[in-house]
Amino acid sequence: MSQPILQVRNLCIDFVLEDRTIEAVKDASFELAAGETLAIVGESGSGKSVTALALTRLLPVPPAVIKGGEILFDGESVMTMDAARLRKLRGGKIAYIFQEPSTSLNPVYTVRSQIGEAIRLHRRDVTDVDAEIVRWLDAVGIVDPAARMHDYPHQLSGGMQQRVMIAMALACQPDVLVADEPTTALDVTIQAQILELLRELKQRLRMSILLITHNLGIVGDIADRVAVMYAGQIVELSPARALLQRPLHPYTQALMNSVPQLGHELERLQAIPGNVPNLGQFPSGCRFHPRCPKAQSDCSQKAPELVEVEPGRWVRCPYWK
Amino acid sequence: MERSLRRFRANKIGLCALGMVGLLAVIAVAFFVLDVLGIPWPMDPDATNLERKLLPPDSVNWLGTDNLGRDVFSRLLNGAYISLTVGFVAVFVSLFIGVTVGAVAGYFGKWVDKLIMRFVDAIMCFPTFFLILTAVALVGPSIFNIIIVIGLVSWTGTARLVRAEFLTLRESAYVQAARALGQRGPKIIFRHMLPNAAAPILVTAVLGVPEAILAEAGLSFLGFGVQPPQATWGNIIADGKTYILDAWWLILFPGLAILIAALSFYLTGDALRQAVETRSERQ
Repeated sequence: MSQPILQVRNLCIDFVLEDRTIEAVKDASFELAAGETLAIVGESGSGKSVTALALTRLLPVPPAVIKGGEILFDGESVMTMDAARLRKLRGGKIAYIFQEPSTSLNPVYTVRSQIGEAIRLHRRDVTDVDAEIVRWLDAVGIVDPAARMHDYPHQLSGGMQQRVMIAMALACQPDVLVADEPTTALDVTIQAQILELLRELKQRLRMSILLITHNLGIVGDIADRVAVMYAGQIVELSPARALLQRPLHPYTQALMNSVPQLGHELERLQAIPGNVPNLGQFPSGCRFHPRCPKAQSDCSQKAPELVEVEPGRWVRCPYWK
Repeated sequence: MERSLRRFRANKIGLCALGMVGLLAVIAVAFFVLDVLGIPWPMDPDATNLERKLLPPDSVNWLGTDNLGRDVFSRLLNGAYISLTVGFVAVFVSLFIGVTVGAVAGYFGKWVDKLIMRFVDAIMCFPTFFLILTAVALVGPSIFNIIIVIGLVSWTGTARLVRAEFLTLRESAYVQAARALGQRGPKIIFRHMLPNAAAPILVTAVLGVPEAILAEAGLSFLGFGVQPPQATWGNIIADGKTYILDAWWLILFPGLAILIAALSFYLTGDALRQAVETRSERQ
């Protein structure tokens, strides 16, 4: 594999509040190769969105503090970039699409004006902006793009709005697309369409995608590799297929058992006992041990490391066998 | 937008008030132009006629005459121009300052916000009218000075409003999205946030006009405002107060003019607020 386009090493992010400090992300490391799709899966509050925003230093500082670690884009450290380079990175190299398409578009401007703004920001060489807008709207599957681009966001359906967001992100021709729960706010049928679109675009444009999701079900469709996050830590990092067939970490296993699967006879879904720990009040040792069916006596003392147990498969649990 | 327009149209009081505002504006412009062209109508507002002084309304002087025999009706029409000019321009000045200050405080937040808002609080501690009075006493009364001074002391409300709007807008997804797109700060403020705060800003602007009109009338009444012989509603009343027991028309008509003007703007602003209010939808 060639040099990865994005490298994250030992990223630690804290939120410093007036009365306490919350460890939102601890020691996260992963790489994204060119053309690869990595999915980060986790529950609400597991730190996945925070990680995604930190990639271009979009987190508000304070309260967020990037306490340690390194983020390298194309070999260059994001941490030391000045404001001008950061602006080029945001949108131009790493583009985002967010969860709520209906609120991510500015209600007072037309689609044309918003995509045009993105193109003028990052691609000065484009002379015929309108043609470029039509091209990308067409690429994301919007019918009659020349007419639709004069619409305001409220005139479009949720699925269309998300397509517009994707077109806007792609129009800047980024190297990495960060999709932060792109389908969460959409109907199931529209979800499938948007995922299909992302998969098709990924193949056509050879673009890297970082997909943030809480839905293990959509991971198999699109991701090459998966990072599972729990309580601010990556607990398992593995090729998608292998992970779905044979999850190694007890949390991933529990997560899979709690998702209904087609084709399986009516088994009772298994909820994970207990609750997600409150932010900032993580249990000592392994953060999953109070809910873990395989917990041993020393799990509450020693914090496990993320270890490569098989080629390409990393697990943060000494008892994964 | 369309819904707001429809709601405004359905508001009869608001429409009447807006009509009244329009009428006042037309009168003010028309009589300013006539005055400049040197064809004062119905009479020269500054022409004295001591044979016909302190006369009650009749067929020649429709609203009576003052102690120098000047026609009250002509002076009122002429004063409308002063009042509206002061009202609009002062509001423009105060909007400019208030929006800028509020936007900066709300967008940057943190210590910038704290510093600016404590400064705003400090200014708000002064009774506005006495602040205006003091300032005018220092720089001297002229229409220009009065406009600037009123504008300079009345922006605090706008600043607080814009700041509050911006604190909300800053967290909105499309502002996040604009930042994620690599847009620069000033562009985000003026292109993405300000238009979304336009409705409440417009409402405060319209509600600010009568405040400025009343402030000017008050100043002129106290003699710190526009200086005679230039007629304004405030100084007509000031001149007339000596004769209050003998010549009621000197007080009543300019008073009514002030009342109608202020009320029209207030009611317009109120109707506007109801029309653009999205929070309390009652449909």
